[in-house]
Amino acid sequence: MSDSPQWFDEEAGPIVRPYALIRGRTHSSGDTFDLVATVRVIGEPTDEPGPEQQLILRAARNPISVADLAVEIDLPVGVVRVMLGDLRDNGLISVTSPSAGGARSNERILKEVINGLRAL
Amino acid sequence: MDSVLSEDPVALKILVAGGFGVGKTTLVGSISEIKPLRTEEVLSDRGIGVDDLDGVETKSTTTVAMDFGRITIRDGLVVYLFGTPGQERFWFMWDELSHGALGAVVIADTRRLTDCFPSVDYFEQRGTPFVVAVNCFDGAAQHSVDDVRIALDLEDDVPVMLCDVRRRNSAKEVMITLVEHSLRTLASAN
Repeated sequence: MSDSPQWFDEEAGPIVRPYALIRGRTHSSGDTFDLVATVRVIGEPTDEPGPEQQLILRAARNPISVADLAVEIDLPVGVVRVMLGDLRDNGLISVTSPSAGGARSNERILKEVINGLRAL
Repeated sequence: MDSVLSEDPVALKILVAGGFGVGKTTLVGSISEIKPLRTEEVLSDRGIGVDDLDGVETKSTTTVAMDFGRITIRDGLVVYLFGTPGQERFWFMWDELSHGALGAVVIADTRRLTDCFPSVDYFEQRGTPFVVAVNCFDGAAQHSVDDVRIALDLEDDVPVMLCDVRRRNSAKEVMITLVEHSLRTLASAN
């Protein structure tokens, strides 16, 4: 947020393109966050975060998936990932990937899913 | 803050693939609360793979909306459905989505069966368990499940079924068939 905080002011309005929110970057340490990885807040911001960051921190007060979060704050996944990478680097959130193949290879869970689907 | 550190929710991914207009959105909507997930991606008309990241100024971003649904099985166990655009130029999305996916539903329309060839090829190559769900459109020429299996040159163990994606029960059956198939695939791998 170095030299252009004015982008976040209300008068900038909805005309701000999503990638302007992340200063044109398309990459961050959050690139590889899985869509179903779990985001949760683990720290308190010391500086005032931008409005979108605040939305994320509010939405992730209870654990939430990356995809649900993107829907919730109505921003493209690519933008959300960059923001999440920043927030994690600042120690404000944790992002837990679904254990690779873990649940998928768990017979008990798959049977639970089958029964759950039947009961829908 | 102890409650925040509770066990991570289990999240499973199921992909819904198939050609344009074949019923992906309808299927996801029949069985879950559907939301459009925006994925704004850098694309060029000439396609992915021939460009590198230099010369970004020649590209435009394209908003690709993915169908996104969630089925809560119980507290802490959620199945996520992702309906992905079928065209090959969106395969970068599939690569990500199929990573760790429980499996995939390939929806087929017998009037345009070739539309689902890329999806079938893709999941076969990735080793992702999948089922083929033949969506029975009104007035569509009915083909037998066996005809479809032969036309798609599917392995014997890949389930092929007729369905009507508009009907919740039919959509449910498709999903159950897929998870059962994943379970069998898992059992035979062990």
